[in-house]
Amino acid sequence: MIVRILGEGQYRLDDAAFAAVSEIDDRVQAAAEADDEAGFASALTELVDAVIAKGSPLSADELHASDAIVPGHGTTLAEARELLSSEGLIPN
Amino acid sequence: MGLMARFTTIVKAKASKALDKAEDPRETLDYSYEKQLELLQKVRRGVADVATSKKRLELQAAKLEQNVEKLDGQARQALQQSREDLARVALERKKAVQLQLQSIDEQRAQLQGEQDKLVLAEQRLSAKVEAFRTRKETIKAQYTAAEAQTKIGEAFSGVSEEMADVGMAIERAENKTETMRARAGAIDELLESGALTDITDGRDSIDRELEQLAIGGSVDAELEKMRAELGPGSGASGQGSIESGEKAS
Repeated sequence: MIVRILGEGQYRLDDAAFAAVSEIDDRVQAAAEADDEAGFASALTELVDAVIAKGSPLSADELHASDAIVPGHGTTLAEARELLSSEGLIPN
Repeated sequence: MGLMARFTTIVKAKASKALDKAEDPRETLDYSYEKQLELLQKVRRGVADVATSKKRLELQAAKLEQNVEKLDGQARQALQQSREDLARVALERKKAVQLQLQSIDEQRAQLQGEQDKLVLAEQRLSAKVEAFRTRKETIKAQYTAAEAQTKIGEAFSGVSEEMADVGMAIERAENKTETMRARAGAIDELLESGALTDITDGRDSIDRELEQLAIGGSVDAELEKMRAELGPGSGASGQGSIESGEKAS
């Protein structure tokens, strides 16, 4: 699986690593739903760091579409919402 | 739906808009390459814009830095003249200017962060665009339109995803510099008129009072000097001149 961290490049993850990252993703989403800014920030940092730690970076000149995309380090809950609403995506 | 899935959907949607596909995929290749070069130019302009805003904040910080030094000097001068009230006013103003400085420093650090991110984005996009160019020439030379269609799929989506990512980074940097510009403008206005003028003017109220004290002091000294020169009996009030007269004899 290839995961892109917005603004930070792409990483290749094996299935086990991707499963572990998906678990953290559930917590990020839960924090977002609970409007928990601090929880969101720490879970997102954990998520992004896990992608970097468990994955191997794709070289910049490789042309691959990603299987999953996550916001980069330091993205706030408000910024994430803004990014998600910019295309008029209905939150579910 | 997790956050990751939602971001994937949104970026893919942006990516598919980043490059339009033409009827003939080989035309698409050239056209999209043009688009990629345009975006590269845009990132480079973005980096320059952020650097300009940062420079402006640095100039403001330097001005405020001078104010801090000046107010500090005024406070010392006032204390030497035993004017604690005046020293207090100078120090209060110094504190206010220091708070402004602190916020400028924070903004500058934020802009630096955006600049670093954009520089890296530019490098990544640059590498991808170059890879795309090489791939494009190979595809155009070797394949028929139908074959090219399948061959370019991955290269196309890979580069358009990078373009969407970079596009979002530019947008964010633009929003931040916009906010900074507004704040910097507000500080400029403060510096130019009203609230901060007292602090930043060459001659503020503290200066004037200190000057009055200095004038008073030098007049006293000169009076004293004249009395000494004129010798005993020359003073109208007596007391001072008698003393200096006694010393002279």
